[in-house]
Amino acid sequence: MSDLNKLGLAEARDALRKGDTTSVELTEACLKAIDAADALNAFVHKTPELAMERAKAADERIKAGDAPSMCGLPIGIKDLFCTKGVPSQAASKILEGFKPEYESTVSQKLADAGSVMLGKLNMDEFAMGSSNETSVYGNAVSPWRRGNDDAQLTPGGSSGGSASAVAADLCLAATGTDTGGSIRQPAAFTGTVGIKPTYGRCSRWGIVAFASSLDQAGPMTKSVRDAAIMLETMCGHDPKDSTSAELAVPDFEAMLTGDIRGKKIGIPKEYRMDGMPGEIEKLWSDGAEMLKAAGAEIVDISLPHTKYALPAYYVIAPAEASSNLARYDGVRYGRRATLEAGDGITEMYEKTRAEGFGHEVQRRVMVGTYVLSAGFYDAYYNRARRVRTLIKKDFEDAFAAGVDAILTPATPSAAFGLGEMTEADPVQMYLNDVFTVTVNLAGLPGVAVPAGLDKQGLPLGLQLIGKPWEEGDLLNTAYALENAAGFVAKPQQWW
Amino acid sequence: MSIDQSTAAKVAKLARIKVEDDALPALADEFNNILGFIEQLNEVDVEGVEPMTSVTPQRLKRRKDEVTDGSQQDKVLANAPDAREGFFAVPKVVE
Repeated sequence: MSDLNKLGLAEARDALRKGDTTSVELTEACLKAIDAADALNAFVHKTPELAMERAKAADERIKAGDAPSMCGLPIGIKDLFCTKGVPSQAASKILEGFKPEYESTVSQKLADAGSVMLGKLNMDEFAMGSSNETSVYGNAVSPWRRGNDDAQLTPGGSSGGSASAVAADLCLAATGTDTGGSIRQPAAFTGTVGIKPTYGRCSRWGIVAFASSLDQAGPMTKSVRDAAIMLETMCGHDPKDSTSAELAVPDFEAMLTGDIRGKKIGIPKEYRMDGMPGEIEKLWSDGAEMLKAAGAEIVDISLPHTKYALPAYYVIAPAEASSNLARYDGVRYGRRATLEAGDGITEMYEKTRAEGFGHEVQRRVMVGTYVLSAGFYDAYYNRARRVRTLIKKDFEDAFAAGVDAILTPATPSAAFGLGEMTEADPVQMYLNDVFTVTVNLAGLPGVAVPAGLDKQGLPLGLQLIGKPWEEGDLLNTAYALENAAGFVAKPQQWW
Repeated sequence: MSIDQSTAAKVAKLARIKVEDDALPALADEFNNILGFIEQLNEVDVEGVEPMTSVTPQRLKRRKDEVTDGSQQDKVLANAPDAREGFFAVPKVVE
């Protein structure tokens, strides 16, 4: 078989089971593709020896007939996941040299299932960003280009390296994490599929924490079927995460029938933003038509507090981040600033954090510190948490009225050029998450599905939002949308 | 609510991030920009609404108060920038 790195998880699994290829061959193809793709800056720590070791072990397992779906499949892991003995820096200078002594629950589950880690993937520093431009490793670059224009585009963020690597066929799939849209926005920008499951589905243990009440891991893949396969492996109760749900994980792949007849799909009017590009609006109505043609009923719904999701997020997420990132103090792990004679412990903290954190991370830590400080806690933090209650209620009301899933655009535009947003104020960058952040605040599952190309030839995605714990049903609706949209475009190789 | 330079300096101090004096005006501007965006929340009627504590209705699980882990001093110290004699080492804290 040729171009093994271009396979998806399902195809590769089936080929392995039939004996048409081996995990070693798949892994070698991916490692070759990775070495030829340094221009994308997607893989920032390569682990070829570990990969070959795991591939050989997987081939033994497959031969012995003990092969779960993920067995032998080469994947990339976002740098936010702690991986034992392998650098895990959250793309931050402050974690330079950090090699965890333990493995995150999600990456352990993937390893236990026999999947092959190829290396660690680029991302925004501490997952704070929407363009992968805040990384200590430098920008990850999208394999997509605007026609013949050679301007470098963002793969999105924060899971930019994951999106770039999957879209460029450097791996069969990758892990991502999503606090405000960090799986779904990069997936939409790169023509890939990304699902953020219900809060509590995937253990957060061993994943570098950003905003603990919002963070969730999820798969980034080449198809909805692949997302179902990989998500099932990543999910499950973990006593080491107190918010991890004690619920059985269904066979998500078996739920992909493509039959959505009678399903009620809500179209929220508040997502029709002023100044929304015509192409996004058309993609959205085309998506609704496709679901209707597949037998679903399309209904207009209202989620009245949508407008307040982004400002609430930019109180809650920085507040939690300021608390979570207090641990980077130059004492227990990572980097400590060089001190001058007479510097005490306070100078050590202040200098270490000033040179270890990048600009965006510093800004968010300080905003979080401010909104939690005495005198402002009620006005900002408690008010934002009240608004969050209302945002969640909006969704509960819609679901109570019989809606099965909600269809929205995934992003307000196609991918922008790296550096194009540098001059814009931070709030402009935050607007990238306007359609995705509500889902994190409400703890719901959301999936981005590639649905078309814009006139410059760049991918555009639609988002489906589901009921809590109904990832299987949500993925089935996504599967129907994927089938109808028939998105097959791939970036032309220039790297 | 507008943040001045001395408030920006106070926040930086609370966050234990060293900010040079000449960077404070720009920092104060950035805060004001972001807080201006957040101010929209004041339009929402939150009277009688409970602040969310858990997005999924669940009670944190309890476990027996007993030691389940430990004796991993080497592993705990393996990534420390400065560890001596089995301890984390820091600059002098008390005179």
